[in-house]
Amino acid sequence: MTDTKAADDAGMEVEEIAPEEPPGVAITLNGREIRANPGELVIAAAERNGVYIPRFCYHSRMNSVGMCRMCIVDIDTGRGPALQPSCMIECTEGMKVDTESATTQKAQEGVLEFLLVNHPLDCPVCDKGGECPLQDQTMAYGPGESRFVEEKRHFEKPIPVSDVVLLDRERCILCDRCTRFAKEVAGDPLIHFIDRGNETQVNTFPGHPFASYFSGNTVQICPVGALTATPYRFKARPWDLEEVESTCTSCSVGCRVVVQTSRNRLLRYQGVDLDPVNWGWLCDKGRFDFEAVNSEERLASPLLRDEGLLLEPATWSAALAKATSALRLGIDRGGAEGVAVLGGSRLTNEDAYAWTKLAKGIIGTDNVDCQLGDGLPAEAVLGLPRATINEACQPGGVVLLVGPDPKEELPVLYLRLRHAVLNDDVALVELAPTETATTHLATHSLRHRTGEVFALVEALISGEAPTEVAGVRADQIEDVARLLTERPLTVILGRANLAETAIPTAAAAKLIHQARPEVKFLSALRRANVHGALDMGMAPGLLPGRVGLGAARGDYSVKWPRVPDGVGLDATGILQAAADGRIETLFLLGADPLNDFPDRELAERALAGARTVIATDLFLTESARQADVVLPAAGYAEVAGTTTNLEGRVTTVAQAVTPPGTAQSDWVIAAELARRMGYDLGLESPRQAWQELAEVVPAFGQIGVDLIANTAGDDGVLVKISGLTEAAAPPTDAAAHQDDSDASVVGATVPPAQAAVQLPVWTIVEPHQADAYSFRLVANRKLYDQGTLVRHSSSLVGLSEGAVVRLNTYDFEKLGLKPGDEARLTSARGQVLVPVRPSDGVPRGVALLHFNQSGGRANALVDINGVVTDVRVERP
Amino acid sequence: MSDREIPKIVSSRWDVEDGFTLERYESTGGYAALRKAIEDMTPGQVHEEVKAASLLGRGGAGFPAGIKWGFCPPGVYPRYLVVNGDESEPGTYKDRLLMERDPHQLIEGVLLACYAIGCSQAFLYVRGEMALAQERLASALNDAYAKGYVGRNILGSEFSLDIVLHWGAGAYIVGEETALIESLEGNRGMPRLKPPFFPAAKGLYLQPTVVNNVETLANLPWIVSNGGGAFAALGAEKSTGTRLFAVSGHVENPGVFEVEFGVTTFRDLLYGKEYGGGIRHGNALKAFIPGGASAPWFYEEHLDLPLEAGAVGAAGSMLGSGAMVVMDETTDAVKACWRVVRFFARESCGKCTPCREGISWLEKILLRMLDGRGRPADIDKLMDICDNISPEINWPPKQTTICPLGPSAVSPIASAVLRFKDEFVTLCGGGEVTVAVKGKAYLSQPEPEAVGAS
Amino acid sequence: MSRLTTENANLAREIIDRYPVPRSALIPLLHLAQEQDGYVSDDAMTHIAELLDITPAEVLGTCSFYEMFKREPVGEYLINVCTNISCLLCGGEELLEHLEERLGIKAGSTTADGKFTLEDVECIAACTEAPCLQVNYRYFHKITNDQVDRLVTDLEAGRLAHEVPKHGTLARVRQQVAADRRARVAHPDQNIEPVWLARNERAERSS
Ligand SMILES: Cc1cc2nc3c(=O)[nH]c(=O)nc-3n(C[C@H](O)[C@H](O)[C@H](O)COP(=O)(O)O)c2cc1C
Ligand code: SF4
Ligand code: FES
Repeated sequence: MTDTKAADDAGMEVEEIAPEEPPGVAITLNGREIRANPGELVIAAAERNGVYIPRFCYHSRMNSVGMCRMCIVDIDTGRGPALQPSCMIECTEGMKVDTESATTQKAQEGVLEFLLVNHPLDCPVCDKGGECPLQDQTMAYGPGESRFVEEKRHFEKPIPVSDVVLLDRERCILCDRCTRFAKEVAGDPLIHFIDRGNETQVNTFPGHPFASYFSGNTVQICPVGALTATPYRFKARPWDLEEVESTCTSCSVGCRVVVQTSRNRLLRYQGVDLDPVNWGWLCDKGRFDFEAVNSEERLASPLLRDEGLLLEPATWSAALAKATSALRLGIDRGGAEGVAVLGGSRLTNEDAYAWTKLAKGIIGTDNVDCQLGDGLPAEAVLGLPRATINEACQPGGVVLLVGPDPKEELPVLYLRLRHAVLNDDVALVELAPTETATTHLATHSLRHRTGEVFALVEALISGEAPTEVAGVRADQIEDVARLLTERPLTVILGRANLAETAIPTAAAAKLIHQARPEVKFLSALRRANVHGALDMGMAPGLLPGRVGLGAARGDYSVKWPRVPDGVGLDATGILQAAADGRIETLFLLGADPLNDFPDRELAERALAGARTVIATDLFLTESARQADVVLPAAGYAEVAGTTTNLEGRVTTVAQAVTPPGTAQSDWVIAAELARRMGYDLGLESPRQAWQELAEVVPAFGQIGVDLIANTAGDDGVLVKISGLTEAAAPPTDAAAHQDDSDASVVGATVPPAQAAVQLPVWTIVEPHQADAYSFRLVANRKLYDQGTLVRHSSSLVGLSEGAVVRLNTYDFEKLGLKPGDEARLTSARGQVLVPVRPSDGVPRGVALLHFNQSGGRANALVDINGVVTDVRVERP
Repeated sequence: MSDREIPKIVSSRWDVEDGFTLERYESTGGYAALRKAIEDMTPGQVHEEVKAASLLGRGGAGFPAGIKWGFCPPGVYPRYLVVNGDESEPGTYKDRLLMERDPHQLIEGVLLACYAIGCSQAFLYVRGEMALAQERLASALNDAYAKGYVGRNILGSEFSLDIVLHWGAGAYIVGEETALIESLEGNRGMPRLKPPFFPAAKGLYLQPTVVNNVETLANLPWIVSNGGGAFAALGAEKSTGTRLFAVSGHVENPGVFEVEFGVTTFRDLLYGKEYGGGIRHGNALKAFIPGGASAPWFYEEHLDLPLEAGAVGAAGSMLGSGAMVVMDETTDAVKACWRVVRFFARESCGKCTPCREGISWLEKILLRMLDGRGRPADIDKLMDICDNISPEINWPPKQTTICPLGPSAVSPIASAVLRFKDEFVTLCGGGEVTVAVKGKAYLSQPEPEAVGAS
Repeated sequence: MSRLTTENANLAREIIDRYPVPRSALIPLLHLAQEQDGYVSDDAMTHIAELLDITPAEVLGTCSFYEMFKREPVGEYLINVCTNISCLLCGGEELLEHLEERLGIKAGSTTADGKFTLEDVECIAACTEAPCLQVNYRYFHKITNDQVDRLVTDLEAGRLAHEVPKHGTLARVRQQVAADRRARVAHPDQNIEPVWLARNERAERSS
């Protein structure tokens, strides 16, 4: 019971809180005067000033715990030097820090020796060997030989803590990084310290694995080889790895990564701390879906449908010849409008530019859509002021979420939001038809009636509500309306339900924009580079550079052979036209409408109705199987270029391996098709896309590849062109490169001559009254679904839940259902038979069925032209 | 020892058979102090009396309670009081008696403290293994609530307080105040780092929190009834009042004694007829631990030191939790040392590397020595490992750990090795052994001035 | 084994209600589970996790830190012999050895009939009464070998049922507060100055 320093016991000296801190404090570091930021930890200030203090438990993105004791240094705050953990102590004026004193060195060597006492020292067979902080520290500071001759602590060798992560408790040094990450960052405290003292171990509760979307981060931040991920285990030694920085494109958050390879195979991704975006974190899907790129099932050569109606391998020239002739024939028969291009969100910006130019500038069709009816109208993405993640997370603000569950669709955005809510006093208001994995963070989660989000937003903006609106009580509406005006507001906008039309959401956003022009919007469209593809004009009515078709025609016709005559069809229109026999040639650019388009029946008819279907893809997807020509495309890490995240931030993606077989980059395929059509696409390399763009849309083209490459590793380049708000500004400061804040920003204003994207008038159709026997269908996405990346990643494929319909417990019981039962869901469109479960997160009268899960596809039930989807639920 | 009549301040009801009941408590002056405080004193005046009493904390660190209370930042509420009844320091036996035999006195102390500090809720954290104390406190609280001493509008005033009886579950480290708070929050009892987590500023639920030992609080009814000045008139200048000491081990008459603080000497306590009664069987004294297992050992030459915090500290140890463990000449120093080290090895919370790994290592080496497999070089190794836990092996100790448990394991080793090196050498097969790390404080003799203090 | 019974779950809610933050009730609830089953089962931990809205791993993290919580069934009588310093000096080790012989088991194990579990424990705060032991946390002070033998015989015969309740029972008296006597739970996020502190200012003003 020795609280030896009596004063410490209640310790006041330290508690003075200076009223107004001057910016920065002066401290002495190893005899040198340096300035530290107010509140900066000694370990961080020292590092910024070139003095690296060894550490194991400290991690700059998590709260310090000061428990490994490796970072103890002599700190003198006026009472004489004392050993203190530099990861816990904030710099104060006049503080003297000595990281080189004899006491410090002896203490650090001592700590290192203690850490090794029970460590197995199995470096030669450890995955971490060669990149292990413990190993490195031991070389740098450690004692030569071990004085420990007693028996070491023993644990059963690696045990699985989840489907992808294994734990070797003998190697663990109990730094609390993984456990802290699980609780503090991910909010999934499913791994924990168990037992006490020298017996302490990290473990899960029996039968409750560390099933977290973010589990892979623990492997990355483990300072020893205790945590390993099954996809990487024993695959390589660190010194055999080559690595290159890139950006993850598994969703549109755009987390920065390092791609590591060995012998032309992808082996591992590690998160990179991009301050405005991912803070070093990745989700498990993004981290592990490189397995799909390595997959044996990748398309390695073109396929052609032969006379016997089978797809058979073919040469590129045969395949391209077939594609070209089909294209020619199609144009002859149906004109340019007889050609349509669906997809493109998987492409790099440069690939997307090439394809837009091929479709719109050479063929002359405007029937191009990179979305698959599962997103938002392009105008709603390009025509609203854009927010960054940092803006959405600014302390003290309020975020209105009108869209999907970020945890399921944009996982690292969820982490940022979670941090903002828990640490920075950000209030989250969620409008969602069912409870989501993000609901627990929300100050208000308004459960509105399916299909009635517009009415709810209208009420929230006006602040007035009769008794209830869209099923939400008036007092709740008033509370939220007040909150939305009291604090700076950001809207996260996306698609919450694929079984209802997107129009009310888009219209609601427009309403907010008109009422509060200062409000910015963060897009929650999730597919890889959908924002880049839209920027490159892959939607009807658009040209590259966020330029509307009409006003831009003049400029483009200089560079392009032609520009489409009129606004074309979106995905739904294209599929409808194809089903009606009006599309001669349908390109599927990495698109699988049978699984991703909300209305499967229409997609089926379309694929059957189009005369020729040409698919370029990584895999023979269900839709590609229906194609006449299949062209193998290069995938992630097989091409270099740029990608644009949901903020509009352009960053590089790097090539690290070569594509399998004869698979080609998408831009090469476009150029080749153009050549065979008798045109020169004018691109010799991806970077030329930017040069050309610079000539037609100077503001946009300023973001040259050079600029991006120069800032790579920094924060990328944020494209700040916003149609409506800035269109009126004079073009004087066009393309000024501001190097001010945390992001390199191209602050560009679109010259008035080129009318920016305008928000159209959207008409709201009130959903009809549901009949008493029907359930309104909600179909949203889970992180792990039957998408190609998950399906071809052996570590992830088992993680998708499979189709399950969830009903409110009351409805469940009323229907006489029991756990384990199956239910038949019947809509006007189709039928599925799926297991059924009760859930209190689903309101009465709603049936929740996740999209694109195996064993019962939600899109078999949806009519894309319906306002909402009603289903009967019966016992089979 | 002075010849004055020394009152029994905290142990007055121990010999009363039903001293733990509300009736007996009331009939022996109980709750009069509470009534006095509520009816005649402001919270500030109660606080002033405690300051005037200069009451030192009895839990181990010995910090003045009145000053500690004053550290709660103004304007930040709620404030909590947490009573440390986790008594687990080897050799310590007093808080359990206070809880079992006079629970109302503690409750009254809690009420007075909360009234003075402005705490809105109090938690009585009682060591889990003390079933009888739990029962006595539960009954006492139930009765006190029913009688209006605790709860809403105490004695009809606007003073209201809930006292929650909380159970520990077996972990010595939870006695450390920040670990106690973690435990009370439902967590593993792992200490927090001070700064920034000084309980008075950021304690329970990160609110201002006063943690006081059971015995500390048990003094409050007497102080309020008799005045802080009367309390301070007892004992020495800084070590005032009376204090409980448990004398155990090789004495004729082991027991828990309330004696005048600051002036009574170790010799009085160990040899006095009404106290320890001398070493058993008339044996010679080998060593004694003056303040619980964490304290460096004392020897013959320290016997005339007064039981005074400053004097004992200057001589290189501490009174800690008032626990005196006496070892006579028959004691195996290595074995005794090992047993204390085993305790700390078992009780380390595991948070800090040096404590978690280092103490277990020390324990293994000592056990190997006892098994006859020690080597002479192990002796110096023991000391060097100690030096890595507590640099320079000094007193008061420096530490590479978060809390003082780590360095606590150094005390018995440094004491035994430096004083009884021969026993270690013999066990390890003999030979010349030099110990490089000296542990300056461990070899110091008591200051001559201090000896004459009584 | 089992989740908390309905009665205990209700009691659990009552205990939770005493604390400003529910998680503070975790240790008391683990005691409650141990009282019910004699040990803390995985099911009980899962149930407690639900009651406190935390994960079972968090419950286990706390549970496994504390010596008293047993995650496997133990004997009907848990005999804890102190061998720490004061007891060591006064024969604690010999007492433990004697019991090991008498019961035919080593410290840390349970007799085949499930009657006794023997443990070698740290200081139990009875140092001046050494050697000493606890049976289900009830004290036996200054105990000789003969007395230990008698104690074991008595326990075997069920003669001490009154003094020594079954393992897991902590206090046979619980804290009970009538609703109208409760002051209030002081929630950490409500910064309210206690009313009686106003007496300080009043006194200052009048002086
Ligand atoms: C390892 C360790 C164990 C402790 N155990 C106890 C204990 O069992 N009881 C106690 O009152 N204080 C104990 N303390 C001291 C407490 O941290 C704290 O100083 C004390 O409860 C404050 O009360 P006081 O000021 O009234 O003495 C311990 C300290 C340490 C470092
Ligand atoms: S010194 Fe030991 S007991 Fe104290 S916090 Fe560190 S590990 Fe825990
Ligand atoms: S890095 Fe500071 S204690 Fe671990």
